[in-house]
Amino acid sequence: CEFFHMGEARVKIAVCIKRVPVMDVRFKVAADGKSIDETGLKYDVNDFDLWAVEAALQLKEKTGDGEVVVFSLGPDAVQEQIRKALSMGADRGVQLKADRVTADPLSIAKALAAELKAGQWDVIFFGKVAIDSADQSVGPMVAELLGLPCVSAISSLEIANGRGTAKRELESASEIVEFPLPVVLTVDEGLNKERLPNLKGIMAAKKKPLEVKPAQLDAGTVNVVAMELPPERAPGRIIGEGAAAVPELIRLLQNEAKVL
Amino acid sequence: MANVFAFAEARGGELRKVALEAVTAARTLADATGGGEVHALLVGAPGIAAKAAPLGTHGADVVHVCEHPAFANANPEAAAALAAQLLKSTGARAGVFAASAQGRDLAPRVAAKLGVGVASDVVAFSVQGDAIHAKHPTHTGKVIATLALTGTPALLALRPNVFTPKESAKAGRVETIAPAADPAASRVVVKEMRGGGKAKLDLSEAPVIVSGGRGLKAAENFKLVEDLAAAFGNAAVGATRAVTDDGWRPHSDQIGQTGRVVSPELYVAVGISGAIQHLAGMRTSRTIVAINKDKEAPIFKLADYGIVGDVFEILPPLIEAVKAARASRG
Ligand SMILES: Cc1cc2nc3c(=O)[nH]c(=O)nc-3n(C[C@H](O)[C@H](O)[C@H](O)COP(=O)(O)OP(=O)(O)OC[C@H]3O[C@@H](n4cnc5c(N)ncnc54)[C@H](O)[C@@H]3O)c2cc1C
Ligand SMILES: Nc1ncnc2c1ncn2[C@@H]1O[C@H](COP(=O)(O)O)[C@@H](O)[C@H]1O
Repeated sequence: CEFFHMGEARVKIAVCIKRVPVMDVRFKVAADGKSIDETGLKYDVNDFDLWAVEAALQLKEKTGDGEVVVFSLGPDAVQEQIRKALSMGADRGVQLKADRVTADPLSIAKALAAELKAGQWDVIFFGKVAIDSADQSVGPMVAELLGLPCVSAISSLEIANGRGTAKRELESASEIVEFPLPVVLTVDEGLNKERLPNLKGIMAAKKKPLEVKPAQLDAGTVNVVAMELPPERAPGRIIGEGAAAVPELIRLLQNEAKVL
Repeated sequence: MANVFAFAEARGGELRKVALEAVTAARTLADATGGGEVHALLVGAPGIAAKAAPLGTHGADVVHVCEHPAFANANPEAAAALAAQLLKSTGARAGVFAASAQGRDLAPRVAAKLGVGVASDVVAFSVQGDAIHAKHPTHTGKVIATLALTGTPALLALRPNVFTPKESAKAGRVETIAPAADPAASRVVVKEMRGGGKAKLDLSEAPVIVSGGRGLKAAENFKLVEDLAAAFGNAAVGATRAVTDDGWRPHSDQIGQTGRVVSPELYVAVGISGAIQHLAGMRTSRTIVAINKDKEAPIFKLADYGIVGDVFEILPPLIEAVKAARASRG
């Protein structure tokens, strides 16, 4: 595949994944008033990052040969998420060790970019957004720091002959964009469905290399100063059954909610 | 006294509503820091300057307009270069973007160019001494974090439909500005735009959203949902992931944890169970109506007005009743 980076025959793909809490719980604010109480939380790979891993694996499979390397910045616990990506089929993992993940997406982007800089990647995949911090920033920031072109929030992808085409969804519209390699891509839902790790994959993952390096995290210029839970909604109310309830609904929408 | 930058988003040669929201918020920020100037940036194909006036009457003191054929579609590389240059040359204390599809792509690029962070999806902000504080929902809307931005400029991307555009007494002046990077030399190029006609009301702007779930049974039955939206007149159509997965509706209609987050005045959930991942996208709607045949469906736990029953029996009379209610109001 001579069209990829620097005439290399193998496609080199990086994927950045984040460990995030599973969201189907009622969160509690910790005693410091500015973080989440982590007691009892379960963790997984950020949804969008699973689709990024899948995109990377499919690209490698399509080109026949190559390497998919997974990066995660965080405490040792992130090794669990790196292993999951390895069990899906990624070749090796790198933990950028940091005991606390900062709130400034630029600090995270700088640390990832410093590590990715020398890698000669054809494609660097990110998720569109991390569903915990909800910044939707790290991918485009890394692209900017590395001077690479970037297409964010893609929901379709084709790569051939050193160029790619992707679809991005906008409000009530979409755009088809073309880009050269190497490139940074951030993945939206709809691009693919992630594969489930099978037993063979899980066994193989245990033996795949997982390198640990210190993250070069600066203090950043964005800090969380408070966290709160949004106001609870009033409990729901059933106003009636079947078509007979329609007049009452209209009355409430007009007179109580005043939206009609 | 501090200047504030605002990026005025346009599409297809027209300003988007979020552009007015951005200049209005920039005006608020400038006034809160002692009354500096608001510098808006509008890029587009030749002719876009004719669309600049509303920015001036919504708080911009200067509207910097850059016309170039390669700005006909989104061109984030060239737009980010110009935004960063203008933020620097005006000594801006803060910069405001929309947290729209394009704004969320642009703001982090600009932030990285300037070496500052960015607060995304902001629903409230305030000036606190040397810092700008921004609130934004995290953890799929289950938590609200307050971020302190201590860098200069402080960059904010505002959640659409939260900050109401406000007209101001003044009319700003329009100046042309040259691109900072050749827009025709951008590496990423939009080859085609699909959809986006003016007629269609977007989910992020619609005061009313009618959403359908798997309870509708088949793609063609979404006609009922569309008819109800049309009856309201100011409504957009949303969907659950069950529905977008089955291809009944495009993914861009999906509301929830991995889809769009909306906050309309009225949200009507039709044949939707109310899975936690769906609630993540619509929980903050002002009024929620649910129609579901299962009275135990979780959606009823948060619906202000729930009707238990069959959508195929309830929607036809509801559509007529909404039409009649609107007709009698004139
Ligand atoms: C990681 C992850 C992310 C996700 N992200 C999203 C997301 O962004 N958005 C999203 O929506 N979902 C998301 N989901 C999926 C979510 O968990 C649910 O599966 C989905 O929301 C269910 O859609 P539904 O309500 O249309 O279907 P169902 O759960 O099948 O509900 C259909 C409802 O219709 C009712 N019904 C059936 N027939 C009738 C009738 N004739 N009249 C009236 N009512 C009827 C039933 O009682 C039922 O309550 C996500 C899931 C995961 C795991
Ligand atoms: N700590 C992290 N380690 C590795 N990748 C990350 C980390 N944080 C964010 N990312 C990547 O950046 C994407 C966007 O994150 P964010 O800007 O925080 O929403 C995620 O989907 C990941 O791909």
